Amino acid sequence: MKTLQIVTSAYRCNIEEQDDPVVWISQAMKAAGAELHLLLGGGAVNYAVRGQDASGLLFGGKAQTQPPRIEEDLRRLLDKGAEVYVVQDDAAARGLERADLLEGVKGLSRAELPRFFGRFERIWRW
Amino acid sequence: MAKKHLTLVMMDAPFENARTVSGLRLIDAALRRGHDVTVFAYEGAVALTFAKQAPHANAVHGRDAAQEDHPLPKDWIAALMATAAQNGGQLEWINCGLCVDERGVGEAIPGAKRGSPADLWKAAEASDNTLVIGTR
Repeated sequence: MKTLQIVTSAYRCNIEEQDDPVVWISQAMKAAGAELHLLLGGGAVNYAVRGQDASGLLFGGKAQTQPPRIEEDLRRLLDKGAEVYVVQDDAAARGLERADLLEGVKGLSRAELPRFFGRFERIWRW
Repeated sequence: MAKKHLTLVMMDAPFENARTVSGLRLIDAALRRGHDVTVFAYEGAVALTFAKQAPHANAVHGRDAAQEDHPLPKDWIAALMATAAQNGGQLEWINCGLCVDERGVGEAIPGAKRGSPADLWKAAEASDNTLVIGTR
């Protein structure tokens, strides 16, 4: 069943999990045969920005050697056939332009969302 | 009413958010009507069935542990499983195994089992509807 995953809560536990849990579970379910796509809204539009770098965290002598790499996670989802969308209005509100975003990510205006939602049999808002 | 199969994803840790209680209310309502429910507990929600949850006294309330009768999510979920059985339905509770490991909450109440995102997808495909109660 064609499913849309909507992510709006960004960077919620990414440092501890070393990824975003919704992007992660999307990859895991995709590997299990799921037909799902991703819509990034609110602060999560930033997940689609090129060149993010969360490395360098050190608490005492304990370094995080595998920081989250959301850009790579989204790229893997795209490579597996998932479509990744951002809400353009939310991106623009954060000063993001098309050139700032990963290649392959598609933009949608807020006004287009109702019709867009109609393309899916199931919508999960995380 | 025809029997339905509902899947819920829960994500909040216990004692953190009213969304958890709202989710359990929905599950209770469905089970009382004899429907089958599958819950996929993700992230902090895997601690909802942790067997070592313990009640405590509450000095602010002026009550000892027995008087306080502190509700524990594991007991509510066990009660929901019993409600399911009484009404001819089933409550299948699946904890994300990796989430369990990273939190050290492997000791779950009887009836709660370990699973993976593939189990969520299979349950959703077999269900009449699925509700994700994400955390914020």
